[in-house]
Amino acid sequence: MAQTIIFLILAAIILGCGIMAVTTKRIMRAATYLMFVLFGTAGLYFLMGYTFLGSVQVMVYAGGVVVLYIFALMLTGRQDKKNPTVSLAKKFAALVASLCGAGLFLFAIITHQFAENILTPPSEQTTPVSLLGEQLLSSDKFGYLLPFEIVSILLLACIVGSLIIARKH
Amino acid sequence: MDRLNDILNIVLGIHVDISWFLILSALMMFIGIYGFLTRRNTLAILISVELMLNAADINFAAFNRLLFPNGQEGYIFTLFSIAISAAETAIAIAVMINIYRNLKNNFVGNLDKLKW
Repeated sequence: MAQTIIFLILAAIILGCGIMAVTTKRIMRAATYLMFVLFGTAGLYFLMGYTFLGSVQVMVYAGGVVVLYIFALMLTGRQDKKNPTVSLAKKFAALVASLCGAGLFLFAIITHQFAENILTPPSEQTTPVSLLGEQLLSSDKFGYLLPFEIVSILLLACIVGSLIIARKH
Repeated sequence: MDRLNDILNIVLGIHVDISWFLILSALMMFIGIYGFLTRRNTLAILISVELMLNAADINFAAFNRLLFPNGQEGYIFTLFSIAISAAETAIAIAVMINIYRNLKNNFVGNLDKLKW
């Protein structure tokens, strides 16, 4: 199926750019690689047929969070000169720890018998956005009105809080 | 050319199921953990945290799409998760700008005023 090829391409982009984002020396390049990882994740959401989620991912992450990173990088100036690096032994220990953890996770995932549902091309009945909107704004049994409003209050608190934290004393 | 066609046919015969998404997100999670453990700049650490959050979001969406396609819980949870991680990023960057203003750099080795 075409899904397989698209998934493999997106997985290669995500893993390659992810590894580059955590190993590259320059922070600006790390932010750029992170942006490609986020685009790859958005591609996965589109592949699953969750188009609204993919658009939110592109808008919030690639359009908001990465721009915020780049602004913060530029505001905090050049720091490449005396960039302290971790010793090789610590890097090796971190690598061993992550490889062990990843091996454990992969073992658990591969040995577990999941339902044999395969990824089909997105069709009309895979979560229309209208249904999502009704569910987000309804207070019925499967409604999410309260979390929706709480998130809006959280965002307001976050705006006020970041202004207070970052203001000049 | 024949061999290429054979390979293409084999790849087209393989179907993506839930474990592919879980493996991808597990690898992404541990790439993030590796970055979190080895980086010394707060912004680079935040980039690694962002990788881990995205790995978790992929899991929510994949579980919803492939195991429970009739519900919308994973979809909506991912939306909330994206909103909350954006809020977290904004606060973290405000804190980092404050750190930079006080210490003139952003390295975690210098952040020991609150240690004892």
